[in-house]
Order: sequence, then structure tokens, then C-alpha cells
Amino acid sequence: MTNKLVFENLRHRPVRTLIGIVVIAIQVTLILTLVGLKEGVMSDQANRNRGVGADIMVRPPSSSIISMSGGMPTGIAKRIDQQPDVKLSTGVLQQGTDLFNYVTGLDLSQFDKLSGGFHFLSGGPFQHPDDVIIDEFYARQHKYHVGDTIMLLNRPWRVSGIYEPGMLTRVVVPLQTLQDLTANTGKVSMIYVKLDDPSKTDQVVSQLRQVLKDYRIYSMEEFTSLYSVSNVPMLQGFIWVVIGLGVVVGFLAILLSMYTAVLERTREIGVLKALGASPAYILNILLREAALIAVIGAVLGILFSYVTRFLIHNVVPASLIQAIVPEWWPIAGAIAVVGALLGALGPGLKAARQDAIEALAYD
Amino acid sequence: MTDAATDCEPIISIRGLRKTYHVGEVDVHALRGVDLDVQPGEFVSVVGPSGSGKSTLFHIVGGLTHPTSGIIRIAGRDLFGMSDAERTDLRKTTVGFVFQKYNLLPTLTARENIEIARDIAHKEGPLPPQFLDILKLLGIEGRLDHKPRALSGGEQQRVAIARAIVNQPAILLADEPTGNLDTENSNAVLALLRDLNGRLGQTILMITHNPEAAGYGHRIVRMRDGHIE
Repeated sequence: MTNKLVFENLRHRPVRTLIGIVVIAIQVTLILTLVGLKEGVMSDQANRNRGVGADIMVRPPSSSIISMSGGMPTGIAKRIDQQPDVKLSTGVLQQGTDLFNYVTGLDLSQFDKLSGGFHFLSGGPFQHPDDVIIDEFYARQHKYHVGDTIMLLNRPWRVSGIYEPGMLTRVVVPLQTLQDLTANTGKVSMIYVKLDDPSKTDQVVSQLRQVLKDYRIYSMEEFTSLYSVSNVPMLQGFIWVVIGLGVVVGFLAILLSMYTAVLERTREIGVLKALGASPAYILNILLREAALIAVIGAVLGILFSYVTRFLIHNVVPASLIQAIVPEWWPIAGAIAVVGALLGALGPGLKAARQDAIEALAYD
Repeated sequence: MTDAATDCEPIISIRGLRKTYHVGEVDVHALRGVDLDVQPGEFVSVVGPSGSGKSTLFHIVGGLTHPTSGIIRIAGRDLFGMSDAERTDLRKTTVGFVFQKYNLLPTLTARENIEIARDIAHKEGPLPPQFLDILKLLGIEGRLDHKPRALSGGEQQRVAIARAIVNQPAILLADEPTGNLDTENSNAVLALLRDLNGRLGQTILMITHNPEAAGYGHRIVRMRDGHIE
């Protein structure tokens, strides 16, 4: 009967209930989208690095997981090539263009030997120093086609080919052009190493660490595992701030909704008290109402996260990747329910402590 | 009411009952030493002008508020020393209320309004079969699945009576139960109260302004200025 009363109370004020549900849904969507973006972007980066087909990655001393700056001479690659069990290596240079994108310069012939080459959907490799090849997501987001001229790093480039996504980067230009353009002549920001026998990866990593002291040398497995939010402390903090804001918004929405509900139902609360309802009974009704709003809002929020993924995938496929992270559904749901219960607690206690006679006299 | 009933210990026993409200810096003496005994099964009408203390007496007997001083025993329980939780229990088990404004929960059907009282009293399941006879007596057995807005004032008040007695309280407190009803419905409700009193032996304490309504009781108690005359 209590559940029936809870359900009917919510049905009795559909607009107020709907607003509460939608606010909770937005809160949950916000959390899931943010977490999804974090996971999506990180795993996309990791997958694109895996897609290169290298076994070992060498980065400059003092570099970090998100650093893209140049910093080591290309001659390092020659020293690496001289090591036993190394099949070949190639250096690439990365230069950021905006918050989410960067241009990669590479020696296409050397890179093709290492990775097996890009799979072109239209056009083909560079023909000129000012050519650029882009992946399908980047082309779709910016509506670029083979033969178009695009502006990157404050200069025009001709699109010579569009390749299948999943390989290293979204925008590739000739290595030497990028080095000269960014005052990094003779430098690369990372070197991919392919071995004759991938099972010797750990052994070669140890070898290289002896030869190239201070350099960051990782197996690709280790490197891609570093693409996690825990290695980007600012992002971790940002996520918690947004989650905190979400909880506050949900809390305030339910607080307001329940406060007006308690005011509106003052007389009914008096009636329940006259019938012998204890303060706990009254509080229980309001907490159940809040919990029901939160649960429905959380489910709706999960559905909304698919909508945001669809929108992100179709509007900015090259910039952001949103993953669906089911492990976060119960967490986001719990955050919503806890926030809602906290929001309902104040009005609920007010109702529970309401003087029955005053409540019965309320008009 | 039988003569035997009058020989029993009173179900409501009040001696020297006082209640003072503090309104700002002013003390309002709503009850100034009320003495009253009500026997089990008695139907007592309490009449008096506004401000005479009828409603305060009603609220104290119903456990809705504390008395300031005096002795008050309801069904053998000392009300004066009761905690809030004990007064809540008293309302759940020993007294039932009928209000002037019916006070049905608007989101529930008539049946659910009755069942919520059972739910509060931790009584599970559907309404007991013997109670269906009372619903017939009240004439609402065919209106149970309607919400209050679909019921007439008389029907709503009869649902409120059913809700008040569904847990078989020893005492039914009725505060101006016909105050919002026309004459026909008023007479019907009063006749029902008297019938319930006769059939179930339900003790009824009814507050009313209406002398005609008061005449339905076994006894009329007149209040003025916080005293019983």
C-alpha cells in the first residue's frame, strides 16, 4: 500500500515528477558521458597505437603519456636498428593542432614496412611535400575529400588520401615537412620498434634501456596500458568535480521537488499522522518517492548516454570518442539515488516532524 | 447503551484537564479544568460555541497534542505521561478520527484510503469479509474503486468513517462530521454513526455546533470557556 501511495503521489503531479526525473537523467548522462569520453578517448588512443603493429615504443627522456612534443634525434632510430632482434624502427613527430587533435609526421615508406601500411579508402600516399593523408573520421567530421585543400598549422595542404581509421593518428604529413615547419629538424617525438620475434620484447626492452639511458622505453602492451585516467591526474580531478556537481544538481532538484511536495501535502501528512503513521512511516514515503524518481531518472540517463554517443559519433567523430561503460551504470545510479535521498531527507524530516494539528488545519 | 455499560470503568476518564497554548507572548487557556467520563459504547455529543475548547479536547483525547496538566486515561492508558511514539500508537490502535473536511487522500481510491489505515496499523491483506458488511451498511460498497473527486460529500464522509473504524478502534472521534454536508447527507451520516454505535458498541465522541446533530448522541456535553457546563 505504501508503494501504491508513493506511485500515485508521483502520478498526481506528473510535470513535477517528470522534471525531477529529467534532472536526474541529465545528471546520470553527464557522468556517463564524461566517463565514456574518458574511456573512449583513452582506448581509442591505445588502439591506434596498437594498430601500428610495433612491439616497442621509445620516447624522449622526461616525456609523459600525453606529451606530443619532439625531443630526440632521428639518429636514435639508427642505434636501435643496430640492436640484436630488432627488425626495424621508425620515428614519428607529433604536433598538436588543437585540444583534441594533432598532426603526425612520418616517413611513409619506412612506416609502411613496420605497420603494413595504411588502408586507403580513397586516394593514396603523399605525392608532394605538402600532401596530407587523413582518416575517414576526420574527413567525415570536416567534410574533406581527396584533392581538397585544408588548412593545418597555418598553411595549406592537399589531401592526397583518406584511410581507414585505427592506425596511429588521424592526420599524417611527411616527416621532413613537419620537422622543418615546427623547427624540429632532425627530431622525432617517438620511435616505434618492430622485432624479429615479438616474444623477445621484454628482453629487447631491457637491452634498449641499457643502451638508451634515461629514455622512456616501453613494450607496446605496457605503453597502451598507460592510457588510463589515473595517468592524467588533472582529468581524474575534473571527472570528480563534474560528478560532484552532478550530485549537487540532483540533490537540489529533489530537495526542491520534495519541499514543494511536502508543502502541498501538508494536510495529507496530518491525516496520515492522525491515522497513526509514525514519523518513520512519513519519511519512508518521501524517501521512496525520491528513490523512485532517481531510479527512473538513472535508467533514462543511461538511455540518454547512448544518444550523446550517437551525437558525438556523428558530429565530431574525429575529435571525441565516447564509449559506453556499463560498469559505471550502477555507480552513476547509486550517485543519483544517494543524491536524491539526501535531497529528500530535509523535506522528509520536516514532514515527519510536522505537528499533526497544524497540518490538519493547513489549507 | 446498556445499563451494564454504565457500570464499567470509563473508556475516557478526564479530571482537571488543562491546556494552555503559547501564542507569541500570550498564553491562551483553551481548557481550564475539564472533568468528563465516557463509558464504553457511549455516544457523546460535545457542543459549544467556537473557542469553547471542544477541538482542543478532541485533539487531546485523540493523542494529537499533550495536555498541560490534569489526568486523562483512554482505554486504561494514561495519556498524560505518553511519549510521542506512544501517542502515535494510541492513534493507530485505540482511536479513529472523522473530520469535517473528510480528509481522504486524493491520490488513492476509496478502497485504498481505507486500506492505508490498515497498512499503517501493520495489517496485511485485503479488507476482512466482516468489514464488507459494514461497507454495505455505509452504502459505499459499490464506490470503493473511485477516487475522492468522483465521490459526493456524503460518500466521502462515509468512506472516512469506514477508514476510521477499519482497525476496530475502541473510540471514534468525530469533529463536525456533518459540517460540510447538506441536511439529507447529514442525517444519513448521523444515522450511520448511531447505527455503528448500536451494532458495534463503538464509543463515539462527536463535536458539533448543530443541536439537531447533537441529539443523535446518548448524552450531550456542553462546553464554554474551556469548562464543561
